[in-house]
Amino acid sequence: MRISKSIYLFFLPGLVLYSLFFLYPTISALFYSFTDWDGLSEAFQFVGIDNYTRAFTGDSIFQKTIGNNLKFMLTVVVFQTIVALAFALIVIKNTKTNVFLRALYFFPTILSSVSVAFIWAFIYDPSMGILNQMLELIGLDFLAQNWLGNANIAIYSLAITQVWFHAGQMLIIFVAGLQAIPEELYEVAKIEGASKWQTFKSVTWPLLAPSATIVVAYTTIQSFKAFDLVFAMTGGGPNNSTEIIATYIYEVAFRSYQFGYASSISVIFMVIIALITYLQFKALRSDRVSY
Amino acid sequence: MLFRKFSLLVYALLILIPIVVVLLTSVKTLQETFSDPLGLPDGGFKFDNYIAIFQEQTMAGYFLNSTIVTLFSVSLTLVFAAMVAFGISRMNNWIGNMLFGLFTLGMMVPAQVIMVPLYSLMLDLGLTNSLVGLILVNISTTLPIAVFILTGFMKTLPKELFEASTIDGAGNWMMFTKVAIPLSLPSLSATAIFLFVMHWNDLLYPLLFITDNAYKTLPLALLEFQGQYSTNYPMLFTGVIIASAPMVIAYVFLQRYFVAGITAGAVKG
Repeated sequence: MRISKSIYLFFLPGLVLYSLFFLYPTISALFYSFTDWDGLSEAFQFVGIDNYTRAFTGDSIFQKTIGNNLKFMLTVVVFQTIVALAFALIVIKNTKTNVFLRALYFFPTILSSVSVAFIWAFIYDPSMGILNQMLELIGLDFLAQNWLGNANIAIYSLAITQVWFHAGQMLIIFVAGLQAIPEELYEVAKIEGASKWQTFKSVTWPLLAPSATIVVAYTTIQSFKAFDLVFAMTGGGPNNSTEIIATYIYEVAFRSYQFGYASSISVIFMVIIALITYLQFKALRSDRVSY
Repeated sequence: MLFRKFSLLVYALLILIPIVVVLLTSVKTLQETFSDPLGLPDGGFKFDNYIAIFQEQTMAGYFLNSTIVTLFSVSLTLVFAAMVAFGISRMNNWIGNMLFGLFTLGMMVPAQVIMVPLYSLMLDLGLTNSLVGLILVNISTTLPIAVFILTGFMKTLPKELFEASTIDGAGNWMMFTKVAIPLSLPSLSATAIFLFVMHWNDLLYPLLFITDNAYKTLPLALLEFQGQYSTNYPMLFTGVIIASAPMVIAYVFLQRYFVAGITAGAVKG
């Protein structure tokens, strides 16, 4: 069937905006990454790969930033996936209580990062915070901490906040995945006398792999992009201990006006994200089975 | 069994306690919060913080800005994305596939990657300190995900419907508005909710492009309260409640759609 040429007009507004405000900046990030542009003056010079050399060999804060990002990512991915899956297995049936609980667990997802940041700043507050008060109440005051002020643990405190923020969303994805598993398979497993663990291992888990792929991939990417939360809670401090790549780009570009250098970090960031996405899908896809 | 119930309760409390504390703190004074952070306020609830925040801040202005930006960003993203998705699913050839690839490429690029060049572009175009600027950037950066979700849906629509309407003499535009849009309503509403949450809560773009109080949206204004009120949690939480109210109220009534919409965004994003 012939389709009228007017179909091209449907792309016009979307393509114009997308090209101007998305594709063009993405490409110019690559361009500026080879310059020493400060973002303000008209003039700049090409510096070859100097910015990249600096990032990898001369900038200890950037290297620390990558480490922080990995700590944050691993903590979030592990805890968020375990919490989401464990609770999804409990609230899988559509009973009234379960539907209510799912909605409650999902609730933080609709809040803004700034709101979540304030709530958790109060929870972590060293003097009047809920967490330290609770610890005191159950006689564990020696564990009381300056949760966001201690450079050794601040990044993990942020990771826990991120899990609180988004675990409910991942839980829903797991519930959807679990509900799609045909009931008969469980019945067969039961008849064959499989234990609970065996059933999970050979029925639930293999069939859950697609949902697990999505959860792990999404959580990883999300943890790299957690700019808002980190920016609002610690601003990267204390002593750069919670600086992640995204907040560092902001810092370099808008606080020390090194647009060229910030662009090169952006490009590295983009490559890391692309690599992780690719690897995860490759690794997890091989697990997929169908019955 | 008991352990399961206990775990469910603990998780529920981890969500409920902060909510209750935020609500309670907003009706307490600063002194009460310092002396008894988790206790009930002496002598009943006081709504002074709510009055104060509207007196000290241009709250109504921030609220209005957020509303304008969100409404225009959501509706225009939906319209433009639906048009693109319709185009791709109708063409069904290499050009369509290439355009689909081009748009979905955008889902791989985090917003933070383009913040530097985007900032200078906005400056050059005179679009900083402008709600129009924010709306244009919002549309452009959320088009990829919206195009992705909507194309997936529109490709499942039966071809026969379009062919029948061609025979009836309907042009592309007619087919789009009379066939594609009405049939895509479930997917459109899920995407709308996803975009609604994203745009209402966005911090990055206002942070980059807005310095003038007259154009600030709620998340940015809220962030700056921190500088102003420091650890005055009663005031901060009053701000949190006002900024989250529309989203929370919508969530209570449209819960199922929220869950579906935001999850669609995650699964497909």
